[in-house]
Amino acid sequence: MVTVVHPNMEKADAKMSARDVSVYYGDKKAIDDVSIDIPTKYVTAFIGPSGCGKSTFLRSLNRMNDTIPSARVEGEITLDGEDIYRSKMDVVQLRARVGMVFQKPNPFPKSIYENVAYGPKIHGLASGKAELDEVVEKSLRRAGLWAEVSDRLDDSGTALSGGQQQRLCIARAIAVDPEVILMDEPCSALDPIATAKIEELIDELNGSYAIVIVTHSMQQAARVSQRTAFFHLGKIVEYGRTSDIFTNPLEERTKDYITGRYG
Amino acid sequence: MSPAILLVLALGLGLAGWLAARARAWTFRRDSATGRIAALPNYHGWYVALWIVIPVLLFIGLWSIIAPQLVTQSVLAAPAASDLPSFGFQRNAILSEARSVAIGNSSGVFNPAAAALVEPYRDALAKFNLIGVLATLIIAFLTGVWAFLRIKPDFTARTRVERAVMAILLFASLVAILTTLGIVVSLVFETIRFFGMVSPLDFLFGTHWGPDPMSNPDNPDPSRYGAIPLFWGTIYIGAIIAMIVAIPLGLMSAIYLTQYANPRLRAWIKPALEILAGVPTVVYGYFAALTVAPAIRDAALAVGITNASSESALAAGLVMGVMIIPFVSSMADDSIAAVPQAMRDGSLAMGATTSETIRRVLVPAALPGIVAGIMLAISRAIGETMIVVMAAGAAANLTGNPLEAMTTVTFQIVAMLTGEGSFDHPATLSAFALGFVLFMVTLGLNFVALRVVKRFREAYE
Repeated sequence: MVTVVHPNMEKADAKMSARDVSVYYGDKKAIDDVSIDIPTKYVTAFIGPSGCGKSTFLRSLNRMNDTIPSARVEGEITLDGEDIYRSKMDVVQLRARVGMVFQKPNPFPKSIYENVAYGPKIHGLASGKAELDEVVEKSLRRAGLWAEVSDRLDDSGTALSGGQQQRLCIARAIAVDPEVILMDEPCSALDPIATAKIEELIDELNGSYAIVIVTHSMQQAARVSQRTAFFHLGKIVEYGRTSDIFTNPLEERTKDYITGRYG
Repeated sequence: MSPAILLVLALGLGLAGWLAARARAWTFRRDSATGRIAALPNYHGWYVALWIVIPVLLFIGLWSIIAPQLVTQSVLAAPAASDLPSFGFQRNAILSEARSVAIGNSSGVFNPAAAALVEPYRDALAKFNLIGVLATLIIAFLTGVWAFLRIKPDFTARTRVERAVMAILLFASLVAILTTLGIVVSLVFETIRFFGMVSPLDFLFGTHWGPDPMSNPDNPDPSRYGAIPLFWGTIYIGAIIAMIVAIPLGLMSAIYLTQYANPRLRAWIKPALEILAGVPTVVYGYFAALTVAPAIRDAALAVGITNASSESALAAGLVMGVMIIPFVSSMADDSIAAVPQAMRDGSLAMGATTSETIRRVLVPAALPGIVAGIMLAISRAIGETMIVVMAAGAAANLTGNPLEAMTTVTFQIVAMLTGEGSFDHPATLSAFALGFVLFMVTLGLNFVALRVVKRFREAYE
């Protein structure tokens, strides 16, 4: 079965491209022959039922699957045309360019300031305290968190509310100035108000970064993304403009899923 | 009849009660209209059995304390006892001699005065044994029948057995706590006796240690009871030298095992490390005394230090450090492994390397657990005895030179208690004061460590 790509999708520069990618956990094939272009400066949503492989595929885009010993990736994934799985690829550099926000907010048990300064420090992005302060403030402002935490930067990041923690994690990812931000169900642990804030934030970041978001909520995909890929059983069934996928799906299974018939 | 036989009797009666009650409960079940009774027949059985066994056990415990005294009383009332010396040591010796002959532990008597008492003893023993057995049977019968009569179809034997089970478990846990309390109390009494002879100030702040067990016990020289050199030796060997070895090695092995080792290697290395914790400390002692200490002396001589001693703080401390590695590493291992995977992923996803992740995220997050492990390790190290007995020497030197012999609190406890002084000599009693101080210090360390661990657990729940 081949992915149905909507024909009327306008040409966009591909930031990342996957060609015939399969991911295995041991002998189990979690992703089967997936090919997709992730456009520059758009939000791309991966939707699909649980266990369909969207998170697995997302994690293979910045090689976070490397941390799972049994995981194995076949095929080619490129970032700006360079194969990220080639042996000379520096994984550390790759992850600095392709940041990630996780399902459950995972701030480090350090101060808010230290959480954001973590990346710039390990990558040497700021020389001196003043510059670091600037990076931290800028990142927190972009994440829409500055007003809430500017007077308590020394408090522990884990003391914030769930929604604030997730925005802190986004600020932390932004601080290393990535080109791509991967978000793995970033709102699934949050209440509706915190979710709305994150979605607002994604809207604001759209245009500055290529953003890929995995979500279980079709409304969320419709609200925040311009491109949507529907995953099912380890394959991408259909890929196109979000408006097309939701109003005019070409595949029966996509239609069934978005109308809530299964999933 | 001995308590052992009474015990068997009690259990036999309990079994009988169990069977009887169970059989009765089965008849309820058969006779009832619905076939449902408030508790399964087994619970009724247990209920009656517990009501028989527990009172009987309590009685046996009490009886084995008071029966010997009753026997002695009745022997003393016999006419043959009127010839006994009225007080003291000789009287007791004669009585115990007569007793051991009467029981059959020895065949004849040395003291003719005891011979006359053998017969009254035998009679008294037989009489009170009979009373004991009869009382056991009566108690078992009364409590058993009382419990048996309470069994009815709607009797909630199940919840009552549950309560008894809880009480038994509570008793089991109290045994350990009461033992600890008993240890503290006995230490405190002897320590107070010692401090009545030597002032606590001289003991805690004096810098010369050299109790003489042969001196006049009524007039001890307080200047010979200064324990500072012992405290210093204990801290220097157990908390400084040993920890310089154990902390880095334990921490690094924990990090390797949790973060780098593949599962198969880990499955080998972790148990191997834990074997270190199971090696008897006396074996470490050999190793320290016969291998490490001479090697250190030779090395010192080779670099031109001529006065190196063949027993040294360094040798004892190094080997103790190796012994302590598993304590540090297993606590560090647990607490690093308890840091959520999400922390590690978060750091790696920022582009941190594994070692940056460990240094900047995992170890700081696991620090409370690691610190607690180190505290437990220190309390273990300063209480350690065999290694220092064999390798550290006996001289109470107050020095910072690790190549010199030093002595520790534990070593001196052994030396004082096994010395030639009489038991109420201050030199011997000083062992209790030393033990008390050591106990307090390790108790404090453990207490702090447990508090820290508890806080740490809460942080990730």
